[in-house]
Amino acid sequence: MLVVSDLHLGRSERMARLGGASLPPYESFETLERLEADIAACDPREVVCLGDSFDDSAAVRGLPEAITDWLVRLQAGLSWVWIEGNHDPGPVALGGAHLGEMRAGPLVLRHIAAAGARGEISGHYHPKARIASVSRACFLLDRDRLILPAYGTYTGGLRTSDPALTGLMRPEALAILTGRQARAIPMPRR
Amino acid sequence: MFAPALPPKFHDWFAARGWEIHPHQEEMMARSHEPSLLLIAPTGGGKTLAGFLPTLAELSAGGHEGLHTLYVSPLKALAADIRRNLSTPISEMGLPIRVEDRTGDTPSSRKRRQRADPPHILLTTPESLALMTSYEDAARTFAGLRRIVVDEIHALAESKRGDQLWLAMARLQRLSPEMRRVGLSATVEDPGAIAHLLARHPDPCPILQADPGPDPEIRMLETEARPPWSGGGGAYAIPAILDEVRRHRTTLIFHNTRAQAEIFFHNLWLANEDGLPIGIHHGSLDREQRERVEAAMVQGRLRAVVCTGSLDLGIDWGDVDLVIQVGAPKNVKRLVQRIGRANHRYNAPSKALLVPANRFEVVECVAALEAVKEHDLDGEPRGPGPRDVLCQHILATACAGPFDADALFDEVKTAGAYSGLGRAQFDDCLEYCATGGYALRAYDRWQRLMQDTEGRWHLRDPRAAQLIRMNLGTIHDSDKLKVRMRFGGGRPLGEVEEHFAAQLNRGDTFLIGGRIVRYEGLKEMVVEVTRASVRKPKIAVFSGTKFATSTQLSHRILRMFQQENWPGLPRHTAEWLALQREISALPQPGRLLVESFPFEGREQLCLYGFAGRNAQQTLGLILTKRMEEMGLAPLGFVSSDYATLIWGLEAVTDPAPLLDRAALHDGLDRWLAGNAVMKRTFRVAAHIAQLLQRNAPQARKSGRQATFSSDILYDTLVKYDPDHLLLNITREEAMRGLVDFGRIEEMLARVEGRIDVVRLDRVTPLAAPLFLEVGKVPVEGMGRERLVEEEAERLMAEAGLS
Repeated sequence: MLVVSDLHLGRSERMARLGGASLPPYESFETLERLEADIAACDPREVVCLGDSFDDSAAVRGLPEAITDWLVRLQAGLSWVWIEGNHDPGPVALGGAHLGEMRAGPLVLRHIAAAGARGEISGHYHPKARIASVSRACFLLDRDRLILPAYGTYTGGLRTSDPALTGLMRPEALAILTGRQARAIPMPRR
Repeated sequence: MFAPALPPKFHDWFAARGWEIHPHQEEMMARSHEPSLLLIAPTGGGKTLAGFLPTLAELSAGGHEGLHTLYVSPLKALAADIRRNLSTPISEMGLPIRVEDRTGDTPSSRKRRQRADPPHILLTTPESLALMTSYEDAARTFAGLRRIVVDEIHALAESKRGDQLWLAMARLQRLSPEMRRVGLSATVEDPGAIAHLLARHPDPCPILQADPGPDPEIRMLETEARPPWSGGGGAYAIPAILDEVRRHRTTLIFHNTRAQAEIFFHNLWLANEDGLPIGIHHGSLDREQRERVEAAMVQGRLRAVVCTGSLDLGIDWGDVDLVIQVGAPKNVKRLVQRIGRANHRYNAPSKALLVPANRFEVVECVAALEAVKEHDLDGEPRGPGPRDVLCQHILATACAGPFDADALFDEVKTAGAYSGLGRAQFDDCLEYCATGGYALRAYDRWQRLMQDTEGRWHLRDPRAAQLIRMNLGTIHDSDKLKVRMRFGGGRPLGEVEEHFAAQLNRGDTFLIGGRIVRYEGLKEMVVEVTRASVRKPKIAVFSGTKFATSTQLSHRILRMFQQENWPGLPRHTAEWLALQREISALPQPGRLLVESFPFEGREQLCLYGFAGRNAQQTLGLILTKRMEEMGLAPLGFVSSDYATLIWGLEAVTDPAPLLDRAALHDGLDRWLAGNAVMKRTFRVAAHIAQLLQRNAPQARKSGRQATFSSDILYDTLVKYDPDHLLLNITREEAMRGLVDFGRIEEMLARVEGRIDVVRLDRVTPLAAPLFLEVGKVPVEGMGRERLVEEEAERLMAEAGLS
């Protein structure tokens, strides 16, 4: 099973629609290129997108055909699950199962971490940590839960020192930094 | 046209004060009908009054409705200061004139009123003016405008703030065809270039030169202690500097960077045994703190102020009788303008001392002294008006109402800086503003600007106007964080760069505002600190602007090296140069000296390009990449204003192929594309052209959703849309500024392949100080990764987890 979170496809389109600046419309390409490479590398039977896969429901409708075609191509031969996020609540017109949350053996997969949960995998917060003066997106892990970094290309991040995250994670939690090589450090809390 | 005379009550007023009208003030009055007029006058020459006399005279009879004169200066503080200064003649002569200032600090209620009912004289900044012209009612606000006075125009001419102003003036001229333009400038090397920016193109712009006054008394400070081989603080000279402070009424002590000013100020206080009142002033300090120092200065309560470029302009400190420049001046023109800060009395010579911070700077200081004596000022031509500023101007124009592209193009070309702009270039900018200008026509239906049935352009979404207005301006502070005391009411101290704050761990001590503070934590993006009672800060450096030595000054140093001997230099420095000549060679004009020698177990390569710090840094980046490809195993490099030193495992015996012009250009495109300096250059352009909008109304900001990494935008553009307008602008900007590739080209053109390679068995006298330079750059692409790995292992071990 390959689990990714917060793809935020169609983000630049949404910003433009809201009257903001016209960001370069290439982030969906970039995101899907990486997803394609990860699928090829992991060869999973099932892909789970942990919510906020699209920047909002209008973004789904507004996606250029090149992107939707690409998604369909990626889905071929795979069991594909879209978990509902806070940005893309409604069911989407794309193939795959649509779930609010999902159980897999001892694990529960949902978009936003729930207080008191056990064996939980979630996304939503886009955690990032700073080390040696570089900022890296990271996983947060303790014995109750794993929070995934955002997979999407133009996504900002929330520092691990934010009370929303320090309140959620146990004191001994680890931050696993993404990069050329994944590296674990104690979760920075200040 | 007849020459307007000064009304009698003005003469009476001058006489009552015992003042005489300076000749250039009279001439400004006599020529006040000129459509454009540039006044060049030394500091203290009554320049501002010269600019305002015609306005006061024209308004003295009464009867003018609405705005008559706009005064624009680069400093907010100056606007407030001028308002106070004008109130004296206006109230004493009983003139029917209303004066107000308008800056970012003006309350919004007053700003609204000013647009509907403008004063006769409005004092403002380029940013506030750009904002005013972006409102729908701009035509009414500026209807009666007769004059615009641009103060400190020499400073504006060097920055994008000026470009924004020239475009706003083109707009104003259309709204108020009778507007006359006046520029007030300090001494500059090329007044014609500034006149070209000031006037409506292609109108002529006469230049009025005031009497420059007597030459300054300027010399190098000779000290008992020898300057060190390297470094920048000038700490060795502190006893001698304190002696000078004691001998003078008020001394300004200029430094080239804020960090150096902080360190120097700290050391000065430790040595200040008689407790002389000395303050510090620089751009990173909190406004309140700066104002306190300024007020104390005006009242004559301070004997010295340690400062940076933040005091280059503006407020007239009447009592300054000595200017000390610590560190090489880097630029002769700026030095002359700084010296002008002393003795603001007309026709009194300014007095200044240069304090070289290290041995090489002794040479640079002597070269600068000669240049000052010969009135040989330097300056790099700035090139055509940058297009990111034009993009912002197009968006601001759309905020004011629908516009016609042909008319806007004609209007833009009346700005001197944009007079050479081609229609295709303009259309690229318009296209960028309208659709984003991407090769992929992804969301044309969401474009920012649309054409109506008459072909006029307007905003698709009127809500966008507010966002665009909030993000007008071209000042780009690298991301800064405020610093506050944790206790005692959270007093603000100033700002530090975000990347500096990121390196701090709790308990680390650093200098700000001359005091040592302890880092406690980051709270809501504010750095919280407490008072620390240690004598030495743990971390003393936060980065500031590092100016590169000017081309002219570099050439002068090269010429100086050719002398038989150096009677003008202190003996220690002359002996050092003689030794270099004996052991190796001294760099020559029109040739490139390259030394190769082993040292500290590494092969060293030293290139004396004399291209300035930024270009030498870029050269280091490109050359080490090339060496890597050629199997020369470079390990790192360091740069100064005059040389780049590269160390590695293999000796370089033939550097000529490394310096091939085409290959270096290729390096700019390929190797620098992913470099942090290029990304920083892009970030500035992206903010100015408003691809990224950093300010948003509170309601629309949704925490993490608001931030976009400009680095990632840059990466996707480079990958998918390499010909995008903003990348072209970034490459153009790379020719100057931090990348400064233009100076590498200047060096290559000057050398034309004449490369002298000297192979030695040990380090040379001229190269030795480079080993002490800070800012060594490791070369491996894996360098950063290795740091992360080491730090991760340390943290895990500390937590007992490894």
